[in-house]
Amino acid sequence: MFIFILRRIGAMLATMVAMTFIVFYLVNLPGNLEKIAKTESNMRMSDEEVASWLERKGYNRPFLVRYGEWIAGTVQGDMGWSRVFRKPVREVVGERLGHTGILMFWVMIVMVPSALTIGILAGMREGSLLDRNLSVASIASTSAPEYVTGIVFTVIFASFFGYMAKDVGWWPDWLVFKGVAKAGKVTVENFTLPVMTLAIYGMGYIARLTRASMVEVMTSQYIRTARLKGLSFRVVVLKHALRNALITPFTVIMLQFPWLLSGVVIVEAMFNYKGFGFILVSAAGNNDIDLLLAISWVAVIVVLLTQLISDIGYAYLNPRIRVK
Amino acid sequence: MPEFIGTGEIILLSITRFWPAWLAIAVTLGVCWPLRERLGVFGRLYGSRIGMAGLIFVLFWVFTAAFADQIAVLGPLEQSFSPGMKKGLPGITDTQSGIVFIWGGDNLARDIFSRVVHGSRIVLLVAPAATLIAYMVGLTLGLPAGYFRGWSDTISSFLANLILAFPIILLFYLLVTPEVRIPHPVDLGIFTIPWSIPIGMAALFFLFPIIFLCTMWFTKYESNKKKLAIYLAVTLVAGLWAYSGLVFNSDPLGILSMEPNELNVFAAVILGSSPGVFRIVRGLTMDIMTRDYVAAAQTRGERPWYIMLWEIMPNARGPLIVDFCLRIGYTTILLGTLGYFGLGLQPESPDWGSMINHGRPFIRLATTVHLALFPALALMSLVLGLNLLADGLREESLKD
Repeated sequence: MFIFILRRIGAMLATMVAMTFIVFYLVNLPGNLEKIAKTESNMRMSDEEVASWLERKGYNRPFLVRYGEWIAGTVQGDMGWSRVFRKPVREVVGERLGHTGILMFWVMIVMVPSALTIGILAGMREGSLLDRNLSVASIASTSAPEYVTGIVFTVIFASFFGYMAKDVGWWPDWLVFKGVAKAGKVTVENFTLPVMTLAIYGMGYIARLTRASMVEVMTSQYIRTARLKGLSFRVVVLKHALRNALITPFTVIMLQFPWLLSGVVIVEAMFNYKGFGFILVSAAGNNDIDLLLAISWVAVIVVLLTQLISDIGYAYLNPRIRVK
Repeated sequence: MPEFIGTGEIILLSITRFWPAWLAIAVTLGVCWPLRERLGVFGRLYGSRIGMAGLIFVLFWVFTAAFADQIAVLGPLEQSFSPGMKKGLPGITDTQSGIVFIWGGDNLARDIFSRVVHGSRIVLLVAPAATLIAYMVGLTLGLPAGYFRGWSDTISSFLANLILAFPIILLFYLLVTPEVRIPHPVDLGIFTIPWSIPIGMAALFFLFPIIFLCTMWFTKYESNKKKLAIYLAVTLVAGLWAYSGLVFNSDPLGILSMEPNELNVFAAVILGSSPGVFRIVRGLTMDIMTRDYVAAAQTRGERPWYIMLWEIMPNARGPLIVDFCLRIGYTTILLGTLGYFGLGLQPESPDWGSMINHGRPFIRLATTVHLALFPALALMSLVLGLNLLADGLREESLKD
C-alpha cells in the first residue's frame, strides 16, 4: 500500500510538472507576450517598443531559465503576482478556492444522498415501473449540461417566478431565487440555483452507476440466500445489499471532481459567482501568467488527490482488493 | 404595433414547420421495418421503447440538419428591419414580410427558429466527425497500449491522464485564444503552409484515420498484393487529398476546405474526447486479450496488429458502438461549452453554444428568456436522444 501511494504521488508530481510546462509554454507564446506588454503599459506601442518593454521586464530571457525560476519560487511558497487582480496570487487563489469549496460542499450535500437514493430505489427491483421511470429521469439529467440546466432554472425560478411575484402578485416571495449568486453569502435565495444546476448533471450519472451496482448485488447468490432464509425485502436491501452496492458509487463520487471543476467554471460564469472558476476565466481571458500557472497546478492537485483517495478508499472498502 | 399569434398556433407551427424531418423519419423507419431482422442490434431497437425514442430524437435532428434550407424560413444571419422585432416575443409577426418568428427574434432581430435549424447543421457535422476522428486516435493508440503494455502503454496512458486531469476549459482557453491560433506561414522549401498550434494539432489528429485504415488493409490483405495495392491507393489518394484540404486549406482541386475557426474547434474537441476513447479501448483490449480466440490466433502465428484489428476490435464493437453514441453527445456538450465561453466559431455563427452565449445576458428578464432557451432546449434534446439511443443499444446488445 505504501509503495502504491508513493508511486501515485510520483506520477502526480510528473503530471504537475508536465502540465505547468505546457501552460507555461502556451502563455509565453509571442502573441500572448505582446498582449501583456500592450495591456500593461500602452495599447498603441510599436513593435520596437513592445520588444524593449519585454526585454526590460525580463520576458526575453531563455524559456527554461524563467520556468526554473517559477518552479523555484513556487516551491518556496511565492506564487507570484496576479496582474488582473493586483494582488499576490496566493491571496487570490486562497480566497476564491474557499468560495468554491463552500459551493462544492453544498453540491455534494445535495447530490450524493439524492443520487444514491434514486439509484438504490431503481436498482432494488430491476425492470419495475419505478426503475424505468427513474432510469429515464437519470438519463435526462445527464443529457443536460450545466449551461442548459442553468438557463432553464434561471428562466423558471428567477425570471418567471420573479415576474409572478412582482408583477402578477400571487406568488410567495420565498419561492423566488436569485439568478446571480454572491460569493460568501450562504442563503437559500443565493445558493439554490447554482447548487441545483451543478448537482443535477452529476446526479444522473451517480444514480445510474448506483443502479447498475445495486442490480448486480441483488442478483447475487448471498442475497438470494438471505431472501430464502425468509428475511423481509426491506431488511435484505438495507442490511445486506446496500453495503456492497455502495462501493462502486463511492469511488466514482470521488472521481467526479475533475468534471465538477469544469462544471464549476460554467456555473460560476453563469451566476457571476466569484470563485475559483471565475478567476480561471478572467485569468485565461487576460493571460495572467502567474495566476494561470497557479490555477492549473491547484486544479491538478485537487483532481489527482481525489483519485488517490478514491483508490485508497476502494481498497479499504473492498476486502478482496486489500488482501492482494 | 407588431402582431402576435397565439400559443396554440406557435406549438402547431413548431411541429408543422419541421414536416420534411417528420416525413424523412417516417420513411426511414418504414423502410427499415421489413429489414429489421438483417440489421442486427439496430433492427432490434424496434423492440425497445427507450431506444426507439432516442432514435427518433436523433433522426429528427439529423434530418433537420439535412433539410435545414427547406425548414428554416430565413437565413441564419438575415435580420428583420420592421419595428419591434428586436428581442420580439415568440409568435411575433413581421409586418413587412408577413413571416412569423415562432420562437421570437433575437437582439439583432434575427429569427431564432431559423438560427436553431441552421445551427443543427454545424453541430451535427462537427460533433460526429470529431468523435469519429477521436475514435481513430483512441483505437490506434489504445489497441497497442492494451496489447503490448510496457513502456508505450506507460507513455500513452500518462498523456491521456494528463489531458484528463487538465481543467478542460482552461486548455480550450489557452488553445483557442486569438494570439495562439493566428496562423503563421511556414516555408517548407517546396511550398508554404500556414502553421499554428491548433493547426499542428489538427495535422497530427487527421493523420490517424489514414494510418489506421492503411494498417487495416496491410494486415488483412498481406498475401493478396493486388487487392492491397488497390485499397491502399484509394485510401492514400482520398485521405491525403482530404488532409491537404481540411488541415492546410490547400486542396489542389479547391473543393474541400474548412474555416480556420472550425478547424480550431475541431482540434480542441478531438483533443478533449480522445483520451476517454483511449482508456475504454485499452481496457476492452486487456479484457479481450484473455479470450481463447486471441490465444488461437497467436498460436496460428498471426501478427500482433492483425490480432488487434481483426480479432479484438470486431469483438469489442458492442461496447464501442454504445460508447460512440454516448460520446457524440459528450462531444456536442463540449462543443456547446466552447460556444458558451465565446471560444471557437465566429460570434455570429448560429451554432447552439454560441447562441446560448449570446442569449445569456438576457435570461434574467421574463420577456427575453427565449433568446437562450430555445437553443438550450435543442441541444438538450439532441444529447438526450443520443443517450437514450445508447441505453437502448446497450440493453439490446446485452440480450445476446
